[in-house]
Amino acid sequence: MKVWVYGNDINTDMLFPGKYTYTCSKPEEIKPHLLEDLDPEFAEKVRPEDIILAGKNFGCGSSREQPVVGLKATGIQAIVAKSFARIFYRAAINQGLVLIECPGAKESYRPGDIVELDLDNDRINVGGKGFLFPQLPPEIQEIRAAGGLLSYTRSKLTAAKEENE
Amino acid sequence: MKPPETFAQKILRRKSGNSVVPGQIVTCHPDRLLMHDNTAPIIAKVGKELKQFGLADPNLVVIVLDHVIPAASEKVAASHKKIREFVRKYGIHNFYDIGTGICHQVMVEKGLVVPGMLAVGSDSHTCSYGAVNAFATGIDRTEAAALLLTGKTWFRVPESIKISLTGQLNEMVTAKDLILTIINRIGASGATYCSVEFWGDIVNLTMDDRLTIANMGVEMGAKNAAFPVDNVTENYLESIGVLPDLYEPVWADQDADYKQAFTFDMAEIVPAIAAPHKVDNYRPVTDLIGLRIDQCLLGTCTNGRLTDFEIAGRILKNRKIHPSTRLLLLPASRNVLNQAMKKGFIQTLVQAGGVLLPPGCGPCLGAHQGALAPHERCLSTANRNFKGRMGCKDAEIYLASPATVAASALFGKITDPRKI
Repeated sequence: MKVWVYGNDINTDMLFPGKYTYTCSKPEEIKPHLLEDLDPEFAEKVRPEDIILAGKNFGCGSSREQPVVGLKATGIQAIVAKSFARIFYRAAINQGLVLIECPGAKESYRPGDIVELDLDNDRINVGGKGFLFPQLPPEIQEIRAAGGLLSYTRSKLTAAKEENE
Repeated sequence: MKPPETFAQKILRRKSGNSVVPGQIVTCHPDRLLMHDNTAPIIAKVGKELKQFGLADPNLVVIVLDHVIPAASEKVAASHKKIREFVRKYGIHNFYDIGTGICHQVMVEKGLVVPGMLAVGSDSHTCSYGAVNAFATGIDRTEAAALLLTGKTWFRVPESIKISLTGQLNEMVTAKDLILTIINRIGASGATYCSVEFWGDIVNLTMDDRLTIANMGVEMGAKNAAFPVDNVTENYLESIGVLPDLYEPVWADQDADYKQAFTFDMAEIVPAIAAPHKVDNYRPVTDLIGLRIDQCLLGTCTNGRLTDFEIAGRILKNRKIHPSTRLLLLPASRNVLNQAMKKGFIQTLVQAGGVLLPPGCGPCLGAHQGALAPHERCLSTANRNFKGRMGCKDAEIYLASPATVAASALFGKITDPRKI
């Protein structure tokens, strides 16, 4: 498991360049370009179970959702950051990608530290030091639990339709 | 007595039917859902569901083709075609094909957003409509897809930041210099999740100025950035045929609870530049005088309106841009283009050596029409200077006002417009 460490204000152009926005939408088209201008090694070397650890304002900029769709498709456990830009935050909920806002985790991390996530107990351990992070509001947990907004919406609409029939 | 409310609280109370406090989650039916070239991937996500459940509300949807227009490739052309077919099939009457303009300008000048509305758009600069007193915010494609099916979504009631503006901007200092200065003070993430609400001597700001300012709200992380309705708003709306009985303005109470408050004296603002690669990387123009510029971009949804072409036209009248630089002209809409031609601004700028692009997003996001080469430097009136934004990670983008861009085009290097 690798921890990919980045700084503040990692914008969506760094996560997925704008020039591809209107020609790549599918996860397999997006993945080779992930973090292309920020960290050329990332797309090739990222593995499921990896974690991204970043500073404040992660995902700022454009509303394009390819960074979220692509990162979700890599299978990474979560992105842990000091803070997230709001459209990116919503997009992650909508794709079921786990984002954790935890300033202490980023500050305490030293190269080589082991990072362990315990989503059931809202806890992250960094180099043996534990941090609690706030839970999502229940309405939002429901969307994430359904596997993202589209499956959530689909099940709500289907239930409403069946009720009417 | 009911507690005082911010603009954000008031509008979300009105739309959700509950009194609200920051942090609360409410469900609302927005008045508008804007989509652009990304409509094709949005509808592809819910093709089956649209057949099964139908479109929740054709009146909710506005579609403007602007991002890669005219189509730059077969792939883009095919995607535009799918959008036109969708529009016909589902009877979406608020559809604007290529050349009408950039979606945010079209939304405002066609009267599709009016005071008191709640609007969402699958574009981060949806926050622009705060200029006309709407609560407007960006969403991702998946959320837009779900809205097509349900017509509703959730909002977290934001904390609010109060920005008081006093006095008046000096000659050759513009709203762009003001917002770059504000973003520098607050920081690129200083307003994250917040509603930014402008108070004070806003009567000294034109509608074009307010659109420039609200447009860049997201560059400090804001959820929305809003102005109250005054005579300037009413006169503007009347000029586009929207009379006061068609809208219901909303504004914060005097004693509303703000998380933070800032005051800016507009008379103290100087021409500003955001240096690479962050929008809050502020420098007064005087720090960068003489820096070589390969390409100047005048236009975009931030600064592609009539007053922007007017000030550039004043600077470049009967002059030629320096042969070592290029000047791209990108009007925000056909309507702006028509008006700027009537006034002679476009003729002036083309005669000065400018290259006129169709009203759309053009080179701003690096997809076509004016991409940069490695080690080139662009001075742009757009809203983002991120690395790689204009198609090349080894190029540099500096953001500035239309006056600074026009003055700099004249010499091929960064120039203080007050010295022309």
